[in-house]
Amino acid sequence: MNRSVIEADLCKGCRVCVNSCPNHCLSIGSAINRLGYQYAHSTPEKCNACGICFYVCPEPGAITVYKGDAPDV
Amino acid sequence: MIVKEKPKAFYDTFERKGAGQKVTHYCPGCGHGTAHKLIAELLVELDIQDRTIFLSPVGCSVFAYYYMDTGNIQCAHGRAPAVGTGIRRTHKDAILISYQGDGDLAAIGTAEIIHAANRGENMTVFFINNAIYGMTGGQMAPTTLEGQKTLTTPLGRSSGRDGNPIGMAELMNAIKAPVYIERVSLSTAGKVLKARKVFKKALENQIEKKGFSFVEVLSPCPINWKMDPVEARSWMQAQLEPIYPVKNFRDESLLPPPHDDTLPQMEEKEMKQLLSAGGAIPEGKNPAPDLEQRVKIAGFGGQGVLSAGVLLANYAIARGYQATWLPSYGPEMRGGKANASVIFSSRAIGSPVVAVPNVLIALNTPSLISFEPDVERGGLIMVNSTLISDKVKREDVDVLYIPASEMAKESGVMATANVIMLTIYLKYKGLADTEILKKILPLSVKRKDAVAVNLKMMEKALTYFEEELT
Repeated sequence: MNRSVIEADLCKGCRVCVNSCPNHCLSIGSAINRLGYQYAHSTPEKCNACGICFYVCPEPGAITVYKGDAPDV
Repeated sequence: MIVKEKPKAFYDTFERKGAGQKVTHYCPGCGHGTAHKLIAELLVELDIQDRTIFLSPVGCSVFAYYYMDTGNIQCAHGRAPAVGTGIRRTHKDAILISYQGDGDLAAIGTAEIIHAANRGENMTVFFINNAIYGMTGGQMAPTTLEGQKTLTTPLGRSSGRDGNPIGMAELMNAIKAPVYIERVSLSTAGKVLKARKVFKKALENQIEKKGFSFVEVLSPCPINWKMDPVEARSWMQAQLEPIYPVKNFRDESLLPPPHDDTLPQMEEKEMKQLLSAGGAIPEGKNPAPDLEQRVKIAGFGGQGVLSAGVLLANYAIARGYQATWLPSYGPEMRGGKANASVIFSSRAIGSPVVAVPNVLIALNTPSLISFEPDVERGGLIMVNSTLISDKVKREDVDVLYIPASEMAKESGVMATANVIMLTIYLKYKGLADTEILKKILPLSVKRKDAVAVNLKMMEKALTYFEEELT
C-alpha cells in the first residue's frame, strides 16, 4: 500500500504537510520527538504517493514516499 | 518502491551541530528547506552535482554548505554574484548557484546583482524573498510590505518614511541581458511544484550556457512574521503575492545567446611581457636565498615616493626576486604624506602590506615620526637629514643620515632625492648591482627628460657612499 513515512526525529511539527495532503493522510500526534516537537504521522489508507507532502516539507530527510509496498511503521 | 526521498545532493549528516545530526538549522515551517530540497533534487536529476559550485550567502542560508554536497564558496554579504563572476572566468563549465536572501541581494548586494545581471553572467540566481531580515531577528528589509510590522517598524512600514517595497524581479526586468526572470511562491503545494519547474528551467539555461537566470522565490518566515507555518502560507497568498505577483517576466531561452563571453586568450610569454614593461625588465636569476626586505618609503607628494617604490620593485624583479609594490592611497595623499610599501623576497610573498618594515626611508619629518616606532628591531632607518632635523630616538636600529635633498638640489630636480636614498640603501645592504639599476631606472621614471639627471644623481650617491659611509 502507498505510504509516506515520516522520520519522527527529523520532523519539526510545522504541519505544512498535514495541511497540504489532498487525501488527508497526515496528522500531528501527541508524542514528542527528540527535538521537542509533536511530529507528523501518516496513514496509508488513501495515499496515492503523489509526493506533495515531500515537496512542501522543509526538512530534507523527514519524509520518504513509497509507492506500493512500504515498510510498516 | 521509494518514489520520493531525501535527494542525494544533500549530505547524509549535517555536521554543523556535530556528527549524527540530520536536521537543518532552519525554524519549523521555514521556506529555505523546501527551496533547498527542490534545488538538491534537480542537481541529481540534471546530473550536475559534481560540477556545481554553490555560493552560500550571508543570512539564514549561510550554512548551505553544511547541507549541499557540492563545491561551495561562502561569500561575503551581498557579493555572491561578484564571486560567481570570478569563478565563471576560470571555470567555464561549473554550474554556479547563487542563493541569496533579501538582505543579501536587495540591500547590501544591490550593486553586485545589478552588474552581474547586466553582464548576463551565465549563472542561476535564486532570490529568497521573505519580506524581512530573518537571520538577525526580523528587522525591516527592502522587500518589507507597506504597513508590515517588523522589529524596526513596530507600527508598520511607512512608504513615506521607509521607502517602498522593492520588486527585484521587476528591477531585473529593466535590464537587457538576463535571459530568464520569474517569480515563484512556496505558499501552496501547487506553487511549490510550479517552482520546481521554474528552478529546473533556470538551471537548464545555465547548463546550455544561455546566460543569466533570475528566480525570485516568495518564501515563508513564520517565526519572524509571528505566525504558525500554515497561517504564514495563507498570509503569503493574501498579502505578499498581490504586491509581488507570481509570474514569468521574461523567457528568452529560445533565442540564440546574444553575447560572446569568451575571454581573449593570451600566451604566457605575452602576459609576462605585458607585466614587465614590454619585456624591458630582464628576468633575473639566482637571487640570494633567505632574503626578505620590507621597505617603507615615505615622504610628501612630489618627492618621488611612489616612483622610488616602483623602481625598487622592478630592480628586485630584475635581480630575480619576488616583489610587490603597494602605494598608500589614504587621505594622507592629499595632506602631503605619501608612502609606498615594497617587499622583495627570495620566497613567495603572501601580502603586500608592510606593517613592520625592516627598512624605513623617511624623506620628511612627519614620515619619520609616523613610521619610526614600526621598524623592526635591528632594521634600518634612513633619514633625509636636509629636511628632517629630528634624530632617530630608537637605539635598536641602524640609522643613516643622508642629506639627500641637499645633494639633489645640484641636479635642479629636487625629486631625485629618492634615487639618491635608494641607491645608498641598496649599496649599504650590499644589494646594489649598478649595471642593472641603470637599466631599470629609465623604466621607472615617468618624465623621460629626467632620466639623465636621475642617472647622474645615482652616480653621485655611489660616490657619496664610497666617501662617507665606508
